[in-house]
Amino acid sequence: MSAPPDAVILRAEHLSRIADNVAIVNDVSLDVRRAELMGIVGPSGSGKSSFLRLLNRLDEPTSGTVFLAGHDYRQLPPRELRRRVGMVTQRPFLFPGNVASNLRFGPLQRGETLPDSEVSVLLERVGLPGFAPRDVVNLSGGEQQRVSLARALANRPEVLLLDEPTSALDEAAKSGIEELICKLARETSLTCVLVTHDRDQARRMCQRVAIMEKGRLIQTGSPAEVLHA
Amino acid sequence: MLKSLFHSQIALGFAQAALASLLALAVILLARRRNIHLESDTAVALLRGIVQIVAVGSILMLLLKGPRWTSVFLLTGMIIAAGSISARRAKNIPGAQKVSTYSIAAGAGLVTAIMTWAGVIDTAITTLIPVGSMIIANAMNTNGLALNRFRSEVLSHAGEIETALALGAAPPETVARYAESSIHASLIPAIDNLRSLGIVWIPGLMTGMLLSGASPVYAAIYQFVVIAMILASSGLTSLLSTMMIRNHAFSPAEQLVLKGDA
Repeated sequence: MSAPPDAVILRAEHLSRIADNVAIVNDVSLDVRRAELMGIVGPSGSGKSSFLRLLNRLDEPTSGTVFLAGHDYRQLPPRELRRRVGMVTQRPFLFPGNVASNLRFGPLQRGETLPDSEVSVLLERVGLPGFAPRDVVNLSGGEQQRVSLARALANRPEVLLLDEPTSALDEAAKSGIEELICKLARETSLTCVLVTHDRDQARRMCQRVAIMEKGRLIQTGSPAEVLHA
Repeated sequence: MLKSLFHSQIALGFAQAALASLLALAVILLARRRNIHLESDTAVALLRGIVQIVAVGSILMLLLKGPRWTSVFLLTGMIIAAGSISARRAKNIPGAQKVSTYSIAAGAGLVTAIMTWAGVIDTAITTLIPVGSMIIANAMNTNGLALNRFRSEVLSHAGEIETALALGAAPPETVARYAESSIHASLIPAIDNLRSLGIVWIPGLMTGMLLSGASPVYAAIYQFVVIAMILASSGLTSLLSTMMIRNHAFSPAEQLVLKGDA
């Protein structure tokens, strides 16, 4: 059954990106519904991360566009778009300083200072209570990725793009982050688009999955329908 | 020894240039033995250097007989050439040539103009051209260093920069700290020149003044004036070029366009 139009928060329409004469994303159209955890699955080099970077306009599509809540994203100021469509990458790239200053970075760009109480709420949400004054250099890989998630959430995004957020982590940290993302999506009704090469992870976490190969989207459906063993 | 072999001053000059070039080439061959290949770059640079300086010498010979305002054209030509040369240090940054030319023109041009107006630099072509060229050449080097450092900082911190962009930061904000470190790094030679003045380095201008009979104390003070002018023009050039270039590292849609190998 197709979703009613108002349920679609992010719509990619015929998105393509050509770099060095190679179509790294080739005519991809995809609807992401509100509050769903959508997976983009494919092998390395399939164009899934490149596709994700087009969704918050970190790269420019060669053709096609994206609609955010019905508005063509080319009409939105890039900074507003990126506040509304947050992103967490494989490496957390925390800024020098403490955890609190990292969480305050996004709101500060709009002239807002995140109060201590909100910093605490965000840190509790990602399982790091009391971490606000800690220097980021003393955090483990899993803790850094949690801070990166909290930092993205501090902008109160409508959609969160997750680019292989567990692929640089060990097994224990990986399952912790997986559980955290599922919990956040469930409890806050946050729309998430997860890029992963791990089909089992997509099966565990996602409600719908799109399969990409050689820059093209070849199948979309529930994990049971599209992810065969 | 060379003086006894050559009686014409020009022939002697070429012989001295050949000997100095041979020394430079010997060092390059030494580097080659350690698998550091600088041969073609150095050979071209040496050849270009001698052709250019002889051409300038010849033009100067003609200009010395012309009116004073002709030096403005020569200095403008030098600024354009300096912009083009130092822009090569900012490979892959669109608009680098324009940024370099404007920055050198503003930095070197302003300092030269103020000091000429104040009478510190004499308007005679024989003074204005050598002193102006020193200021422009140093501004060019500083600009090249600043752009080169900025480029490598941005390339090696692309992840951090795009993370900041993804969090809604303005492009200049995301590269502010790299622009700052580029300015610092680019001014190290000019500051060190000032620090070492007279202790490890007696510049050519002072030597020339001494040879032409100027008071050693005045020659020394004037040398300080020139080096301080170089620092001022280099500082202004570096500030302006990093301020302008940081906008060129991004597209109008605020995407990092400066990518590739560091």
